[in-house]
Amino acid sequence: MRLGEFLLVAVLALPALGAVAVAATPRDRAARVVGTVVAGLTLVGAALLVLGDHGWFGYGPAPAVQPWHRLDVPWVPGLDLRFHLGVDGISWPLVVLTALLTLLCCGYTLWRVPAGGSGRALVALLLVVEVGILGTFLALDLVLFFVFFEVVLLPMYAIIAGWGGEDRRRAARKFALYTLFGSVLLLVGVYVVVAAAGTADVVALTGGAGLSRGTQLAAFTLLALAFAVKSPLWPLHSWLPDAHSQAPTVGSVILAGVLLKMGTYGLVRIAVGVAPEGARWAAPVLGVLAVAAILVGSLVCLMQSDLKRLIAYSSVGHMGFVLLGVATLTATGIQAALIGNIAHGVITGLLFFLAGAVKDRTHAGSLTELSGLRETAPRLAGLLGFAAVASLGLPGLAGFWGEAFAVVAAVQRGGGLWTTLAVLAAIGGALTAAYFLRLLRLLTHGRPSPAVARLTPGLAGAELTAWAPLVLLALAVGLAPTLVLGLAAEPVDALVGVLR
Amino acid sequence: MSVVQSVDNVALLPAYLAAGTAVLVLLADLLLARAGATAAVAAVGAVATAVGAAVVGAGQTRRTFCVGADCSWIMDGRAALVAAVFALLALGVLGLSGPLLRSGPTPAGEYCFLLACSMTGGVVLGAAGDLITLIVALETLTLPLYVLVGLRRGSLASAEAAVTFFVVSVVATTLTLLGAALLYAVTGGLHLGRLGVLLGDGRDLPLTTAAIALVVVGIAFKVAAVPLHAWAPATYDGAPLPVAAYLSTASKLGGVVALLAVVQRALPADVTGPVLALLAVLTMTVGNLVALRQRRTVRLLAWSSVAQAGYILAPLGALALAAGRTGEAPATAYAAAVAYAVFFVVLELAAFAALVALRPAGGDGGSVDELGGAARRHPWVGAAFALALIGLAGLPPGLAGLFAKVTVVRSLLDGGAGWLALVVAVNAVVGLAYYLRLAATLYAVDPAPVSGAPVGRPAWTVGVALALATAVAVVLGFAPQLVLDLAAR
Repeated sequence: MRLGEFLLVAVLALPALGAVAVAATPRDRAARVVGTVVAGLTLVGAALLVLGDHGWFGYGPAPAVQPWHRLDVPWVPGLDLRFHLGVDGISWPLVVLTALLTLLCCGYTLWRVPAGGSGRALVALLLVVEVGILGTFLALDLVLFFVFFEVVLLPMYAIIAGWGGEDRRRAARKFALYTLFGSVLLLVGVYVVVAAAGTADVVALTGGAGLSRGTQLAAFTLLALAFAVKSPLWPLHSWLPDAHSQAPTVGSVILAGVLLKMGTYGLVRIAVGVAPEGARWAAPVLGVLAVAAILVGSLVCLMQSDLKRLIAYSSVGHMGFVLLGVATLTATGIQAALIGNIAHGVITGLLFFLAGAVKDRTHAGSLTELSGLRETAPRLAGLLGFAAVASLGLPGLAGFWGEAFAVVAAVQRGGGLWTTLAVLAAIGGALTAAYFLRLLRLLTHGRPSPAVARLTPGLAGAELTAWAPLVLLALAVGLAPTLVLGLAAEPVDALVGVLR
Repeated sequence: MSVVQSVDNVALLPAYLAAGTAVLVLLADLLLARAGATAAVAAVGAVATAVGAAVVGAGQTRRTFCVGADCSWIMDGRAALVAAVFALLALGVLGLSGPLLRSGPTPAGEYCFLLACSMTGGVVLGAAGDLITLIVALETLTLPLYVLVGLRRGSLASAEAAVTFFVVSVVATTLTLLGAALLYAVTGGLHLGRLGVLLGDGRDLPLTTAAIALVVVGIAFKVAAVPLHAWAPATYDGAPLPVAAYLSTASKLGGVVALLAVVQRALPADVTGPVLALLAVLTMTVGNLVALRQRRTVRLLAWSSVAQAGYILAPLGALALAAGRTGEAPATAYAAAVAYAVFFVVLELAAFAALVALRPAGGDGGSVDELGGAARRHPWVGAAFALALIGLAGLPPGLAGLFAKVTVVRSLLDGGAGWLALVVAVNAVVGLAYYLRLAATLYAVDPAPVSGAPVGRPAWTVGVALALATAVAVVLGFAPQLVLDLAAR
């Protein structure tokens, strides 16, 4: 077995076995340590996946998907299911982000376990979620992609239902039913493609692979609907605010940080890749809905008075930019979508960590009860300010590139529709700035409210350890977007090449 | 032509073993008169039947009782699979019956004998090659159940359940028989293969369609397909829990096998296809929607198993369209229905085994609230129950259930019935709502106070049955190809 194959298996097997080990460890604290170590090893494995050949050195036309490493063994031939994994520049940043956020969340539970259940079970569930998300990003087989897509659902449900806020049951059920609705459409969509093409190999299928126009339209409709629920795209987003605001801090971080990316990644790799003609056909609709999501998300945020809900709704807007980028179907747009994905994962992960810290300290979530944070907790307020500014897309921080270039891509696409969409999206970007500044004014400025007045300025070491990597990444990706784009350029060009 | 038929006794081996088990159980009860010994004989017989079926099924297809090319007994791969599954289900249910037989008034000898008789019916059913054998086998499968359902002595619900089941079932059998008689009148044939040829040639009599409809509808009663399902929830809830488990697994499987036999070999697909598509859509939708409202555990499982019958029928619904009747599509559809049925009975048996383990010996299923927090008191049983329920919902980590749903959707799309695939998909979402509610109740932190005596460790027989069913479900989850291969033979 070559190193690449070994790493691909290890990245999935480590957290899977780790979850079992965590569940089998009798002492709670020891179990959490085991889980954190496993998550750390997984991150190392994920990072090492970058080694390998990045170019296309063969003869003939380059294929649309050129994985750096791949592993392909049959699993269930009767269902056209192969255990086919691979990693390339589109998936690798997301894989690393997933491994990183899981590690940070496991580490965070070492310090604090949210009320509701044992920390051991929570860490085990986090690791199972990690298996599902990593598998989704690594799968190069449509059916395998679907299987991993489904793996995430129930552990995440259990995290929300077990460790969440007061209204956790309802939020968790809504999350599970909405997402399952999406994934059953994915199942049907996958087999529409497989039945027509006779293979489930994403590498072979990318570019349309001779599927008829009718098949492509049907497949794209089903797949795009499935991913739109997960991403989520307005108007299928209503599970998100409930789930994010009720989930425990670590759950919100994983949800916002990487779970949503399964939708956008699927849209790029599966829906657009496999049914390009369907994508061209549906692009205007997708673009309009994405811009609607941006505007609706920012308008709701302007009126929102609950901290976690506001951040949750801001995700709707940010994912709108990502989807707008994908909808343009240009290299710029898809690159913007990919970097937007990473930036949103880093920044919103950080925002949810900070919101969780505020909520844990003050036991208040409403902005009306929170003010003057910088008076009593200046460091927390400062970090919150940094994350908010990064999220609103200040140049030099990670959030800027995705949003700016989504708009640029829409302008480049030209024509009345796309120009209008670009203008509206830019207005949405301005609104984003407005509501984040409003958030900062309400939260950090003014006289300290009774809940805030009790705070002490100190931050726990565990908190700083969990947040520092995200702060650094937000800066690094902002200053040197080529960290992500350099790796993604080639696969995106190859993908856009087959779209024409 | 010789009057003396040569009989291939090897082909009949599973049936001999099953019937022999029933006789031995009766003798053991007479001579030894100890409940444990009787149950042990029944268990050994069931294992022997399963092994015999596997051995016979591993070889070539064997036929016997032939008139010309038409045979009344066809022991092919699928028949062997069905026989083995029936034997194993009987074994599992026997395990679940341990506490019931030990706790009191249920007579062990009669109980095991009736179960073995029912198993014999199931074993014969898979190999039946003509309508008479088929109907007799189906009745042998069902008849003992009327008594078994009524065996919870002193329970009015149990007696009511037995009468309901009996009346409905007899009506269904009458319909099937009438249909078979009419088919004989029209074609002069009873062998499934011969009927297939004769009916395929052309049908000028309107009577033929009526006869086909009667046969299908009569068998649909046994599957508890909507609108012929109303007996199932009341019967399941009134029956002793292990018998309810048998009803919802073996009895349902029997209906499916019978339906497959007539649809695949005898009846023209252009008539049965639309009927089956309609039945499938109604069955899964109604079953799921009504299950949402259930407060009693067994009724919830009963309605859910009605819905599951809809998923089993769904692949056959693809026969409604011309695309589903050409090429390899029909074979895929039949295989998918068999595969789904096998996945389903394993998960359903595991669910019932867990329920038996969580309830007091000889008790009924109780209400869903009574299970509150059960998984915190019995972590292993609770986990197995949750796994089975999630499998029935068709989600990981219940991979067996996931692949079952995938098989159905795939066969539907291969047959060009995308609309039916969407109906299945949407129903899976509805199904998750109540399976999730039940599974979440198991892990509830603040359960309602439990009435009655606390339940201790489950009996070892129940534990073994639960462990085996769960193990099979897990193995099939990682290697679904085992079932898919067997189902396609």
